[in-house]
Order: sequence, then structure tokens, then C-alpha cells
Amino acid sequence: MLKVENLKKSFGGRQILDDVNFTVEDGNILTIVGPSGAGKTTLLRCITGLETADSGTFIIDGQKFNPQDLEKSDNVMGVVFQDFNLFPHLSVLENLTLAPIMVTKQSKAAAQERGLQLLKQLGLQDKENLYPYQLSGGQKQRVAIARALAMQPKILCYDEPTSALDPNLRDEVANLILDLKAQGVTQLVVTHDMEFAKRIADKMLTVQALD
Amino acid sequence: MSLQYVLEILPSLFQGAGMTLELFFLTLIGALPLGIIFSLGLVSKIKPLKWILELYVWLMRGTPLLLQLIFVFYGLPIVGIVFQRFDAALIAFILNYAAYFAEIFRGGLQSIDEGQYEGARVLGLSYWQTVRKIVIPQVVKIVIPSIGNEVVNLVKDSSLVYVIGLGDLLRAGNVATSRDVTLVPLLLVGVIYLLMVGICTYILHKVEQRYSYYK
Repeated sequence: MLKVENLKKSFGGRQILDDVNFTVEDGNILTIVGPSGAGKTTLLRCITGLETADSGTFIIDGQKFNPQDLEKSDNVMGVVFQDFNLFPHLSVLENLTLAPIMVTKQSKAAAQERGLQLLKQLGLQDKENLYPYQLSGGQKQRVAIARALAMQPKILCYDEPTSALDPNLRDEVANLILDLKAQGVTQLVVTHDMEFAKRIADKMLTVQALD
Repeated sequence: MSLQYVLEILPSLFQGAGMTLELFFLTLIGALPLGIIFSLGLVSKIKPLKWILELYVWLMRGTPLLLQLIFVFYGLPIVGIVFQRFDAALIAFILNYAAYFAEIFRGGLQSIDEGQYEGARVLGLSYWQTVRKIVIPQVVKIVIPSIGNEVVNLVKDSSLVYVIGLGDLLRAGNVATSRDVTLVPLLLVGVIYLLMVGICTYILHKVEQRYSYYK
């Protein structure tokens, strides 16, 4: 279970997040919704350690943690970026195995086996030797999910998972996220799309623009 | 142009070409890694480091390489720092070319999307792992054409070492021409430079092809 308490963040004197509190239960999906500019992405970036929160407590499974400690091998957060941020010079499989080999020091063979298994699970079998530019948007997103899952994060976070994709892929993304939930993956989804959020959410957190 | 004469002078030209090539390769071996390291400093958030490197790049690119050569070999001994001819040439060339390479790599580094760093960061990769595995391979692809230009320039710039009395290819040709009063050695020197540049161009083209597996 992830618990975030009293999270505050301001940029240049402007308060973006003021005293945000929420919890995500294991195996659940929390969606964070709100109008653009309300600080949804900032919230996600604070939890994942890409921004430093001004104050706040982060607790995972009863243990406090510092999201900034990203180099520790017990990976807490997996992130699926809006633009996926795949590594263009690495094949699909290399994208998946790089961090397990470099960070958690798995053997190449073990990392590859796990990588292939994840690709199969996400419907990307036979794509392991392709490069990101050869994939469609939806496939890139699934590679990004597989890459994050390869590090066995406690929580998988998405930043606007529908906005870089064709609108008719929205249902597909929703099904994918629900599939992962069925497999026990705890997920946190930032989106501005209310309908999409309602479809997948166990719980919703609305972030309002402050002023 | 008798074949016999050509065969007679070729060994001395090849000897000169050998020195040219030695300077060429040693300069690349020194200047490329140094350029990469300097470029990381040029994009660094540590301001004093950045300023020092910017000053260095400005000095190296803002003054003639010929002046730098003369400075290292004839100037520094005045303050008690003495180098052998070849070492002086090598130091001047490495420092000069590292500045150009640093600027090229800086441009490459800045064209890498911030998302690449963030993607690596959330996976737990350290800064150096990210630089080594994610950033540099992508930067290399971007900078190959510009680096190639400088490499070709280096082949020809190496002829500047005549000023400190090193026996390179151009000097060998020049000596033969003034001794035998014929244009042949200079023409042969031109042909040898063309061959060296041709081989460089071919290799660079191959390297570019090797990196064309992704977009």
C-alpha cells in the first residue's frame, strides 16, 4: 500500500500542490484527475522522484521512503511516460533488460527470459528484435509498460496514457490497465479524461487548480 | 615524370606520411575522449567548470592552430617548459581538436531529449550509466557527420607541423621539390593526401551506416 501525506509543492512562489493526501491499496487503481494545469503531472513527478516535493511523507507497505532515492535497487515506482521515452537505439528486448542488468545486476539470460515473458504477456511476442521507431504508438506504450514492469515496481504509474495515442485506442488502453490489475499490479493513472478515469478507477483523486 | 624518379622519392614521402599518420591517430585517440569529457563539463550545472571550459574553447577556436603550435614549441621554453618537437605538436593538436570536438559533442548532448534522462532515472540508472548506455550512443550517431569534417581537416592540418621542423609528408615533398627542381614530389604529396582523406571518408561512411539501424 502506498500512502502519501501532506504533499506540498510550489514553483516560483506559486503553490501547485497544497497538502495532498491519498492512499493506493495493493492491487488497486487510483486515478488522478483534474483540469490541465492543476498539477496532476507535478504530483506524479513528486511521487516518482523526478521533482523534489517541498514537504510530504511517502510510505510504502508501512515503510517511509524517499522517492528521490532512485538508484536504490528496490524499485518502488515504475513510470510509463506520456511520450513513453523508450531508448531509440536499443531493441525492444534491450529496452527491457538494460535496467535489470545494470541496476539489479541480473544475469543477461535471466533478464532476457523475464523480458520475453513480459512481452508475451503484453501481446508483443516476436517484437523483441524491433526498434522503437518500427512500432505503432500502442505497441510503444506496451513496451514502456513492460520496461517498467521488468524492474518489478511496487506501483506502476502512468502519465496521461491516452493522450499520445489514437482516440480509438482508448478502450484498448483501459483493458490493458484492467488486465494488469487482474494480475495484481497496483497502478496509479494520471489523466484528464474523466470517462477513461471512471472506467478503470477503484478510487479517484481530483486535483484542483489552486489560486 | 619518370617512374624511376617516383620510385626514388616515394620512400621518403612514405616516411613523411608515416609521421603524418602517427600524429593523426594519436591526436584522435587523445582528442576524442577529451572532447567528450569536456562536453559533459560544458553542459554541466557547475558554473565555474562550465566557464573555464568555455574560456578554453574560446581560446582554442579563437586563435590559429599555427600560433598554438609555435607557442607550445618556441614560446613555452622561455618560461622553462620544454617539449620534444613531436610531443609539442601532439599537445597542441590534442588541445585544439578537443575544443572543436567538445563543441560538437555539446551540440549532440543538448539535442538528446530530457525524457531520455528521466526514462533512465526512474529505472534506477545512475548518471554515469545513463551517459554511457543511453546518451553517448545516441550522441555519437548525431555527431558523426560533424566529427567526420574535423577528422578530414585534421589530416590536412597536420601539415602545419612543418613550422616546428617536424618531417611530415608535406615537408618531405617540399624538400624533394627544392632539391630536384621538379613539381613531381608536390603532386605525389597531393595524391597521398587525397588517398588518406579518401580512406577516412570511406571509413566514416561505414561508421555512419553502422549507426543507421535506428531512427
